[in-house]
Amino acid sequence: MMIDQLRYIAPEISLLCFALLIVLVDLFVTGKKILQVLVAAGILISAIFSIILWSIPTTQAFNSMIAIDHFGLFFKFLILGSTLLVVMASYNYVVKFARFQGEYYALLMLSAVGLMLLVSAINFIAIYVSLELSSISLYVLVGFLKDKQSSEAGLKYLILGAVASAILLYGMSLVFGLTGSIGLTSISEHLKQLTLNTLLDSPVLLIGMVLLIAGFGFKIASVPFQMWVPDVYEGAPTPVTAYLSVASKASGFAIFARVFITAFGTPGWLHNEWSMIVAILAVLTMTVGNIIAVVQTNIKRLLGYSSIAQAGYLMVGLAAIGMAERSNISATAGLVFFILSYALTNIGAFIAIIAISNKINSDNIGDYSGMIKRSPLLALGLTVCLVSLTGLPPTAGLIAKIYIFSGAVSQGLAWLVIIAVINTVISAFYYFKVVKAVWLNEPTSQEKITTSWPEWLSLAICCLFVVIIGIIPGFFINITQAAVKIFGL
Amino acid sequence: MNLNLLSWIIFLPIVGLAIIALWPKPSQRTIKWIALVAALLSFILSLYAFLVFDRSSAAVGHMQFVEKYPWIPAINSYYHVGVDGLSLPLVILMTFLGVLSILISWKIQLRPKEYFSWLLLLETSILGVFTSLDLVLFFLFWEVELIPMFFLISIWGSGRKEYAAYKYLIYTLVGSAFMLAGILCTYFITHTFDMTVLAGIDITSSVMPLTALFFLLIIGFAIKLPVFPFHTWLPDAHTNAPTAASVILAGALLKMGGYGMIRICVSMLPQIAVIYAPIMCTLAVIGVIYGAAVTLRQMDLKRLIAYSSVSHMGYVLLGIFALNQVSLAGASLQMFSHGVITGLLFAMVGLVYDKTHTRDLNNLSGLARQMPVIAVVFSIAGLASLGLPGTVGFAAEFITFAGSFASTVIPGMQVFTLIAILGIVLTSGYILWMLQRVFYQHPLDKYNGVGDADLVEKISTFAFVAVIMLIGICPAILTNVINLGIAPIAKLIGI
Repeated sequence: MMIDQLRYIAPEISLLCFALLIVLVDLFVTGKKILQVLVAAGILISAIFSIILWSIPTTQAFNSMIAIDHFGLFFKFLILGSTLLVVMASYNYVVKFARFQGEYYALLMLSAVGLMLLVSAINFIAIYVSLELSSISLYVLVGFLKDKQSSEAGLKYLILGAVASAILLYGMSLVFGLTGSIGLTSISEHLKQLTLNTLLDSPVLLIGMVLLIAGFGFKIASVPFQMWVPDVYEGAPTPVTAYLSVASKASGFAIFARVFITAFGTPGWLHNEWSMIVAILAVLTMTVGNIIAVVQTNIKRLLGYSSIAQAGYLMVGLAAIGMAERSNISATAGLVFFILSYALTNIGAFIAIIAISNKINSDNIGDYSGMIKRSPLLALGLTVCLVSLTGLPPTAGLIAKIYIFSGAVSQGLAWLVIIAVINTVISAFYYFKVVKAVWLNEPTSQEKITTSWPEWLSLAICCLFVVIIGIIPGFFINITQAAVKIFGL
Repeated sequence: MNLNLLSWIIFLPIVGLAIIALWPKPSQRTIKWIALVAALLSFILSLYAFLVFDRSSAAVGHMQFVEKYPWIPAINSYYHVGVDGLSLPLVILMTFLGVLSILISWKIQLRPKEYFSWLLLLETSILGVFTSLDLVLFFLFWEVELIPMFFLISIWGSGRKEYAAYKYLIYTLVGSAFMLAGILCTYFITHTFDMTVLAGIDITSSVMPLTALFFLLIIGFAIKLPVFPFHTWLPDAHTNAPTAASVILAGALLKMGGYGMIRICVSMLPQIAVIYAPIMCTLAVIGVIYGAAVTLRQMDLKRLIAYSSVSHMGYVLLGIFALNQVSLAGASLQMFSHGVITGLLFAMVGLVYDKTHTRDLNNLSGLARQMPVIAVVFSIAGLASLGLPGTVGFAAEFITFAGSFASTVIPGMQVFTLIAILGIVLTSGYILWMLQRVFYQHPLDKYNGVGDADLVEKISTFAFVAVIMLIGICPAILTNVINLGIAPIAKLIGI
C-alpha cells in the first residue's frame, strides 16, 4: 500500500515537517536562537530514521520511483551531515539576514529534502522533481543577501539552472522515446536487447545520453557547464556557497553515477561510449579549474575554481566506472570515498573562511595575511583542509586520490591519471598561496579573531575526520564499499 | 621477538611532537628538552637495532624487525615496515642527524614550539621512507616530508626563503605526482604494493611498456637526489634554509632519492635498469663535473656546499647504475658518508654565519685565529669531503669507483668512471681554496672577539667528527651490514 510505504521516506518527511515548523515558529518568536536548535533536532531525527532504514534490505517504493538502498542512505547521511555543519557554521553569519533567518533555515532544509530524494530516485520523473525541489530552494538562497552581487548571482543561477533543467528533461524524453520507459532498471532491460548497429542507425540514445551528461554536468559544475560557478560562489552567502559546493555537488555525482550505472551500465559497448565522453570532460574540467584558480585573489572564487578541479578528479573516477564491468565495484567505491573526503575537507575550509571573513569583512586572500597570529586554531584548521585538498598526507585527500586513481589505472586509464596527477601539482600553487599568506605574511592588523563555539566545533569535527581518514581509512572505506554493493549485480 | 622496535624508532619523534603540542604553555627550555629526549631515544633505539641486527649469511635478502598489519584492505595495502642492510645505515644516519639538528638549533628564538614540531615531524617522515616496505606507505611518508620542510625553509630561512620553499615544494610534487602514477601502475600490473614481493618477481606486462613504468617511478627520485637537469631547486633550498634544515636536507633527505632508486627502480625492474644505465651514468658524470665546476665559482659559503652536493650525489648515481655489487655498496656508503660530512659542513657554515653574520667569501679571512675549534672541525669536514684517506669520504668514494670500474654489466663503464674521478680533483680545488680563504689568510680585525664554539656546539660537531673518523678507519662496521642488503639486489641483475 502507498501509505504503508511512507515509512521509507521517513527521513525526508521528518525533515520537511521541521522545515515547515521552523517557518511557523519564526512568526512567533523574537529570539532566533531557538530556530537553530530546531534545525539541529530536525536533522538528528532525520539521521536516526536513516540509520533505522540502513538495516532493512534493499527495496523499492512508490511504484519503483525511489529505492531504499545503502547507496542512497549513505548520501543521505552525507547531505544531512553537511547541512548540519553548514548550519553550525552560519551561527554568526545569519545575523546578516536580520528577520529572514527562519526562511533561510527552512529553505536550506527543503533543499536538503530535495537532494535526499534525488539520491534515492530511480525514475526519471522522481529525479527531475526532486532536483527541482532542491534547485528552486537554492536559487532563493543564493540571492539571500539581497545586495547587488548576491542578487546577480541568484538571477544567473536561476536562468542557467533553468536551461540546464530543460536540457536534462530533453535528454530524458529522448531516452524515453527510444526505450518507452522512465524507470532506470527498465531502461536498462530495454537497452540490453539493442546492438551497436541499431544504435548507429539512430543516434537518439547517444544524443539523449549527451544531454543527460550536460544536465548533470551543470549540477556538478563540470567544464564546459561551469560558467555559473565563480559568480554564484562569490555572490552567494558563504554558508550557501559551502552547501552548493558540497551537498549539492555530492548529490549531483550520486545521481549521475546511479543513472549511468543502472540505466546505461550494460551492455559493454554502451558504457565504454559514455565513459570516453566523461574522461574527456574530466581532463577539461580539472585542467581549466586548476589553471584559472591559480590567478584568483578572492578566496571564494579560488575555492570555486578549486571545486571545479576537484569535480574533475571525481570525473576520473566516473570514467573508470564506465570502463569497468558491472561486477567490479571498486571504482564506484573509490568515487564515493573521494566524495566523502572532499565533502569533509571542503566544508571545513569553508567553515574557516566563514568564521574569518565574517570578522574581517573581506574575501581577499591578501587580508588573510598572518592569520596564524590572529587566530591560530582557525588558521590551522584552514591549513589542514587546504593540505587535504592538495592531496598531501596525513589527510583524507591523499588516500582518496590514491583510491580513486587506482581504480582508474586498473581500468586502463593510466593516461588520464597522469594528467590528473600533473593537475594536482598545479593545484599546489594556489592552495599553498593561501597557506603562505596565512603563515608567512605579516598580519594586516593585530586584532584577534574570536569565534563562536558552533563554528569551532564544526571545524574541529571536519579536521578531525580529515586526519583520521588520512591515517586509518579502513573503516570508512568499508562503509563506502557497503554503500556501492547494490551496483555489483 | 616482537617489541615493535621500528615503530618506536619511527614514531618517537611524533610522540615528542604530541607532548610539545599538549604541554600547557611550555617554556623554550622545556620544548628543546622534550624534542632532544625524543630524538635521542629514537637514536638509541636505532643503535640498539644496529647492534642486534642479524649479520649471519642466513640473513641475506631478509628484512629484519618486520612489522605488518592490515592498513587499507580495500587496495591490499599494509602497514609494513622492516629494515635490511641497505636501509639500516640510513635509518641510523637520520636518527643521528635528528639529535644533532636539535642541538644545532639550540639557540632558535623565533616561534620555537612550531620549529621543533616541524623538525620532529620531518624526522618521522624520513625514517618512515627508509623503513616502509609497502609502496602506499612509502608514498605517504615521502609526501609528509614536504610540509615541514616547506615551513622550515619559508619561516626560519633567510634570503629568498619563500621562493626557495615554493620551488622545493613544486619540484618535489612534480616528481611525486609521476611516482604516484607509477606506483598505481605497478599495482595494476602486479596486484601488490609489497616491496619485498615486488623485488622477488619478474614483472611483465602486456598493457603498458615497463620502460614507461621505470621512468614514471624514477623521476621523483631523480629530482630528490638530485640528478643533473633536475638539480636547480637544491642550491636555493639549501642556501636559504635554516642551518638544521640544511643539515637534514643534505644529510638525509637527498638520500631518499638514492635509496628509492636502489630499492624500487633497480630492485623491481633490474632489466630495464640495465638498458638505461648508460643514460643514467652519463647524467651522473655530467652531474659530477658540472656540479664541481659550478661550485668552484661560488662566493657564498652555503651555496658552495650546496653545489658540492650536486657533484657528490653524482657519485651515488654512478655507483647505483654501474649495477655492480661493489659499486652499489659504494653508493650506499657514499650516501651515508655524504650525509655525515655535508651535514657537518652545513653545521659549520651555520656556526661561522652565526658568529660573523656573513657567508660571503670576500668578507671572510683568517678566522682560524679567532675561532680555532671551528677552523679545525671545518677543515676536517672539508678534507673528508674531498676524500682524504682515513675519513669516511675516502672509503665511500674508493669503493664506489673501484666497483664502477670493475663493472661488466654496462659497456664503457671504465670511461664513465675515469671522467667522474676527475671530479675529485675539482673537489680538492674548491674545498682547499674555500678553507684557505675563510680560515688561513691574514685575520681581519673586525672579527676579533667573535668567540669560538660553545659547549653545545662542540658536542654536536665533535660527534660528527667521531663518526667520520670511526667509519673512515674501519668501514667494515657499515659495509658488512650494507653488503647484506646489496647482495640480493646484485643477484637480480645477474652478476
